[in-house]
Order: sequence, then C-alpha cells, then structure tokens
Amino acid sequence: MSFHEIQLTVNGNLEHVTVPSNMTLMHMLREVMALTGTKNGCSAGECGACTVLLNGEPVNSCMVLAAECDGAVVITVEGLAGDPLQDALIHTGGVQCGFCTPGVLISARALLNRNPNPNDEEIKEALVGNLCRCTGYVRIIDAVKEAARVKTQ
Amino acid sequence: MEKSKIPQNIGPVGESKPRIDAREKVTGAALYADDIQFGHRLLHARIKRSPFPHALIKKVDVSKALALPGVKAVVTGADFPGFIGLYLKDRHIFCRDRVRYVGDPVAGVAADSPEIAEQAIRLIEVEYEPLEAVFDPEFGASPQAPLLHPDLDKYTVASFILPRSGSNVSNHFKLRKGDVTAAWGKCKAVIERKYRIPHIQHVAIEPHVAIAKVDQTGEITLWDSSQSPFAQRDLIAETLGVSQSKMRVIAPVVGGGFGGKAGVSMESLAVAIATKAKGYPVKLLLTREEEFYTAFVRQGLVAYFKMGCDGNGKLLAMENTYYWDGGAYTEYGVNITRAAGYSCTGPYEVPNVHADSYCVYTNHPVGGPMRGFGMPEMHAGLEQCIDELAREIGMDAVEFRRRNCLRAGSSLPTGGTIHPIGLLECLEKSAEAVEWGKKAPPSAPNKRRGKGLALMWKAPAMPGNAGSSAWIELSEDGMLTLGVGAQDIGQGAFTVIAQMAAAAFGVPYESVRLAMPVDTRYSPYEWQTVASRITWSTGNAIVNAAKDARKQVLELVAMAWKEEIQDLDIVNGKVISYKSEREIPVKDIAIKGLPKEGGKGWMGGPIIGRGNFMPSDVTGLDAETGQGEHAVVHYTTGAQAIELEVDLDTGRVEILKGVAAFDVGKAINPDLVRAQMEGGLVQGISSALFEQLKLKNGAVQNPSFVDYRIATATDIPKVFQSILVEVPQDDGPWGARGIGEHSMVATIPAIANAIYDAIGVRFEGPPFTAEKIYLAMLDAGIVKG
Repeated sequence: MSFHEIQLTVNGNLEHVTVPSNMTLMHMLREVMALTGTKNGCSAGECGACTVLLNGEPVNSCMVLAAECDGAVVITVEGLAGDPLQDALIHTGGVQCGFCTPGVLISARALLNRNPNPNDEEIKEALVGNLCRCTGYVRIIDAVKEAARVKTQ
Repeated sequence: MEKSKIPQNIGPVGESKPRIDAREKVTGAALYADDIQFGHRLLHARIKRSPFPHALIKKVDVSKALALPGVKAVVTGADFPGFIGLYLKDRHIFCRDRVRYVGDPVAGVAADSPEIAEQAIRLIEVEYEPLEAVFDPEFGASPQAPLLHPDLDKYTVASFILPRSGSNVSNHFKLRKGDVTAAWGKCKAVIERKYRIPHIQHVAIEPHVAIAKVDQTGEITLWDSSQSPFAQRDLIAETLGVSQSKMRVIAPVVGGGFGGKAGVSMESLAVAIATKAKGYPVKLLLTREEEFYTAFVRQGLVAYFKMGCDGNGKLLAMENTYYWDGGAYTEYGVNITRAAGYSCTGPYEVPNVHADSYCVYTNHPVGGPMRGFGMPEMHAGLEQCIDELAREIGMDAVEFRRRNCLRAGSSLPTGGTIHPIGLLECLEKSAEAVEWGKKAPPSAPNKRRGKGLALMWKAPAMPGNAGSSAWIELSEDGMLTLGVGAQDIGQGAFTVIAQMAAAAFGVPYESVRLAMPVDTRYSPYEWQTVASRITWSTGNAIVNAAKDARKQVLELVAMAWKEEIQDLDIVNGKVISYKSEREIPVKDIAIKGLPKEGGKGWMGGPIIGRGNFMPSDVTGLDAETGQGEHAVVHYTTGAQAIELEVDLDTGRVEILKGVAAFDVGKAINPDLVRAQMEGGLVQGISSALFEQLKLKNGAVQNPSFVDYRIATATDIPKVFQSILVEVPQDDGPWGARGIGEHSMVATIPAIANAIYDAIGVRFEGPPFTAEKIYLAMLDAGIVKG
C-alpha cells in the first residue's frame, strides 16, 4: 500500500498528514484527527451521516479518498461552532438520537450558503440525502427556516 | 404514590424544556460508542457467517486464519458451550453444531486491522451439510415441518412462555373468553380476512458497535451502543460462566435503537472474541449490510381474523390466529407473540374471544423487539377488518369504533376491567382533525383522495417484576446529579427524568445534570430501556429518590431551625419556612451539613437520595384461557388519521395530512411527546409505503439503503397534527404513561383504510408501493394499461 503526504485546512486549521491510499476522508477525520462528530452510518454514500463541506460543497466523506484532499478546505460539524442552525435545532426540537445531526447541519449550512431563504420544498430537497429515523424531519425543516430568519434579520 | 409529598408547584414538569443533551449533539461533542478512541492496540473483529439457511456444521478449520500475520485470535462455537437468551435460552454465542439462518455466526476473528480480519475470515474453512429449511410460519407450525430446535424441551424458559413440545412453536399463547361458536349465530355480519405483514428492519442510523476488553485478571468491560446494559451484563456473564460483578458495561450515547439494541445480540460476539485476546480492546462494528440481515428484525406475521357484530354494530366475537415468523432464534421474540396474544382484540370490548398466537421458528433472520413490539403488525390487519365490518353493516367506521372502543371500566380480553383511558377522546379529536365524513376534491384530475383512521393500544410487555432504580447526589454548587441506568436512545428519557427530579426535589431544570454514560459499575440498576416504560418506571424511581433526598434536607433544617417539617419546603433551590419565613440555599447544606447550637459539633452530611420502583400487582395468566387478574401494568391508547392522494398515473401515495392523538396520561414535556408522535408517524408511513426485507431462500435480497428504502424528508405529510390527551395513570409520575412506541402502531391500517377510501382496493399486506398500487388499479379496472 502506498502512502500520501497531504496538507489541508480542516475547520480553519492547517493540517499535515500522511494517509494510506485506501483511507477515506471520513476515516481520516475520525481516526487520524479524532474529529468524531462526523458519523459513519453506512460507509457507502447512502445515509449522509458523514457529510462534510469539501471546498464549500457538501459531500459524503466516506466516498472521498483522503489522498484526494491535498490542498482542500474541509468543514466538519466541529467547525460549525456558533452557527445559528445549532441553536435553531435545539429550539425546534429537531434533535433526537443525534446521529444524523452533524450531517444534517452540514447539508443545511450548504443550502443556506447558496440560498439564504429556502422554501419548504427546497429544504426537503437539500436534506433528501440525510436519512433520519427519529424525528420525521418536520422539526429539522422548521429549524432550517428558523436559522434562515435569524441570519436574514 | 403519595401525591401530597410532591410540591404544589410542579415546576418544569409539563413544560417543553429543551433537551438536556441537545447542545452536545449539535456541536459534535456527543460521544457514541464508535467515537471512543482506544489507541493503536485496538483489534478489529469480523465474523464468519453461515451462507446456508439451515445446515449441520460438519467441520470448522481455522488453521489458515490463525497462521495469518496480524491475527490475534480466532474463536468458534467449540469455545463457548453456554446458551444465551432473554426469555428462552435457545442460542449459542457462536453456532456449535447447526446453523439456522443466512448470517448465523460460525467463527470470529480479531486482528490488527479490519482488512486482515476480513482476509482471515475468508481463510476459515467450514464444511456444511445443508438441511431442509422452513420459510413460512404456518408450515413451520405444522407437523410436516422439519424441527429446527430438536432440543426445545431442554431449553431454559421464562415461566410465562409456553413452548409446544416436539414442534417449532416456541410459544403458544391461548386466549379463550366467552363462547365464540354460539356468538357467530347472533351476528348480523361476520367477516374473515387474512393478512401477511413482511419483515422489516429498525434502521437506526448508527450501526451496532461493541468494543470488549478482558483484562489480565479476567475483568470484562464492554462499551457498546445499548438499550440494555444491565441485561447484557447479566446474560453475557451468565453464559460465559463469570459472575455478573466481573462484567462491566459502559453505554455511551445511542444513535437510535427502536428495539434493535435491546437484549443481547452482536455484543456477545465481541466479548467472546475478547476473552481469547486478553488485554486488547476488540471492536466489532457491523457493516450496514450486516445490520440488515444479522441484527434483530421485526418478525413477519401471517394473521387470520374472524369477527362479527350485531345489527347495532356491537362487536360480539373475534377469532384471531397469529403465526409469527420468529426466525432462527426466538429468545426475545417469544414475548412479542405473548403480547399480541393478550392484546389480541385491539382496543375493543369483545365478549367472546378465541385467539391463538404462535411463535414459530423459521430459517429467517432472528426476530426481536421493534418499536411497537408486535402491535403494529397485529393492528395492521385488525384495524382494516374493523373498517370492513362497519362497511358490511352500513355503518360509518368512526361510529362503529365509537360504539365498541374501550372506555374506563370496559372488560378486557384477559378478564378484569381497564383503568381510566382517553381513547374515545383520541378518536373524536383525530376524526375532527381530518374533517371525517367530508370528501374534499382531489388536487388534480389524475388523483384520488381518501381518508382513513385507526385506533391502537399497547401495554409495556415485560416481566411483572422489571425494576428501575435511581439516585440523586447534591453538590457544592447546588446542582443535582442524577444516576439512572435508563438510557436515552433519542426519545428524550434523560430530559424528562431531569424535569421530574427537579420538580420533585424543588430546583430549576437547569440545576440538574445526569451522570453519563450509563455504566453498570456506577449507575443504578435498570431492567432495560424498552417497552416505553422509562418515563413511567424510571420516573417513579427518580421521584422516590428526590423525595428521599428532600426528606434528608428538610429533616436537617427542621432540626437546626427547631421547626416542623410540614412548615418547610424546597423552592427554586432554597429551603424556606412558611412559618418563620427563614430561608437557606440548598447548596449551603448539601455537603457540609449545619453546625449544632453553641458550636457543639455538626449535623447532617453529604446528601444522597435513593429510590426504586417495581410493579407489584402483575399476575400470571392461565395457560389454557389467557385469563388472569392483572395481565399488564396499564395500556396506552390512541388514534391516527390520514388524508392522502393516490396518483392514478403512477400509483404513488402522497400523505397530505397525518394526525396523531394519544392519551399520554400527563405530558411531562409536551414538545418531546409531540416529537415522538411525529417521528413515529413517519416511521409508520415508511413501513406502510416502502419497507420490506425481501427474503429469498432465507437470504435478504435488499441489504442496503439503495434497495431498502426508508422515508426521506420528501416523503413526510404536508401537514402534521399532534393531539395530547391526558387522562392520568394512577401509578404514573404526575399521571404519565409511555408514548414512544405507540406512535407507529396504527399507521399502517390508517393508511390502508385511506387508500381503500381513495381507490376501493385492499392489499394482503404492506408495503403499499407505487408499483403494487398501480398493478392493483389495473386489475380493478380503475386505470387502463
């Protein structure tokens, strides 16, 4: 197996790491950097629990090789401190077990970055790749709308 | 409970406080079991699984796997002779002489990396002799079926589970009340129907994970995602032949349970492997594929209903037969079939009842507890029959339910009468919420609109002596630290426990924290976080603990102030006297007590309150008739109503409105209760429209999120309405009873009834997929191909 030395920015910090060629971005974040807020729900790009922002775009980090991230800018849930989406999720009650929550927050942040005033249908479309088994999504959708209001006030 | 001891001002009880664990969950701080870092000595486990649904194991050769560099341990069934199981000890940790489902564990490996472990698994050679398999519970219950557990008679079994000797029936619950044969003749209408409910999966987003370590002294530690740390300690220790106190289970934040992480399943595999790799932490993380076919599944059900009523729509008789597809092992599932037996009529008063509920071994994945514990499967058919019977005599389905549903004092199928319940109010309010009886026009010419409604009931299904306990410790800053062995699996248990403790003791909600994670070494005992019993059972325990701590504080202050206890109170963290109007913050006396008069020493000391709760009046039921004095502690009842549209071009169902109305006794946290109603409704919708484990010769054909679809954000009702009904439960804290599981019990039949209202078609069972509905509409001539 070959190894790659890469340099990337994670949550604002410049990181130098050596990663094996088969390591995913998700595993690098969780196992090498101990950023365990990013969750492993399926390792197949199907549940959205491992969603992070990669150069501003939401991606399933289990589907991206770490070695491809040389020079990239990555934001994980740990990098969302103070985001109004967090308070909104607490306020609306859009958190239950919390396992999908980090991925939901990242997808919602990506949506609000490109569309500060989304309607219900746009929110649902943006979250369609984030499976949640607890909440029935309704309070998550309320939280995105609430955070959008906070931001635009 | 002595109501007078609870302060008049119930404080945070009844208020929608934010979740106590929300901040850590939205910041990524919450630690789940797979997040704990064990360092470079961590070993990775993988499991060698049976490719056959039923076979004898002739030979297992692990020599090549053991020789692979990086492999630290290889174990097989030969290493662990003990049996394990919650109600019926019918399985080994690893198979010894026989495999009974595709996925049955045969051997396990611990290695330096997941890749080496996977490679080692492939090097294990197993020789099988395939046997005839059973894939249908009705056939399985017949004398023609091959026996899957020839030693059934020898298994250890709970007293209330009744295996049928020399058969595949691991529990037969019989209920006989009145005389159904005589009753049929008095009926104006009788219908007979058959339903088939498929297996589904829980699909918590967090996969099962267990990390086990056995140290050099033999002490076992298990970190896992668990609803049942104490049951795991008890059962795994017993099976391995070690004392329970040598086994410690630490259960961090759980990423969804729904029953799938109750009892013992894959956790015992990790512990067993770790016993052969002493000193190393050994991690077993199920793949999503393994989640689908090796974790507990919701049992399949084949159900026969016969029911009749008189000309006034009064139900006179029911004859129900349930064949449960229990799968390869029914150690937990047997009690699901018992619950379906004693609840066999649904929430109706029926004078004549004849019911048989059979738990049948098959060569399918292992059935186990899932949200609703048999009730969603049973109600799926039963509540459609109620609609059909009403239609048969020309009566409105809501009116029919109004005439027959249980109310306080109605007789129960098991004998005795039911406690006060608000079912009728749930029925009326949910019907009103969907404007029952009014037909709104469809939103487009190619759509048909329909409304449906269903009722439900469910009791906590558990041993009569399932106990809870709690402690409360006061710290220097006046904070209350609560110890509970109950788990928060997302339902909000920790939050409502904190609210109840705060109210019962007399401090603000913000002055309470929980001792987490649950750790069997330090946390007080809890049977399991199942059965929607925590708010009620652990709630009673924490109230008792708060009363104990409160009594200690008040006795101390009464002594110091030379006052009577009844003149004192704790309000907002301060002890106050209504008589002398003195006050002192609790924090000032929590640890160091108070000085005696004249400097003659001290009184009091660190305050620790303790409390427990165990129901005391649940009785056994007669084996032949299912009759008894008090079958269960209580029932939670409710209704769901659905308005939907069927697209004639595609067969697709769109849920326009979902209404849930439940009698929760008392909503300790109304927003959390509503969140359960919404989440359960969507899980119910998902099970009604999309979900089915596709089984072929015992193998799951769709073990991925691509092939096993669950509801996404785009599938939810356009409008939700949650209605709280509060008829207090006499033995519940502030009158509360459970709600978590109930919220998906009535959803399948409510949707089925609404689809019938829209297009006049019924199905043998869910899921009501677009394809199935479209083909049915073609058959019925509603659309043309």
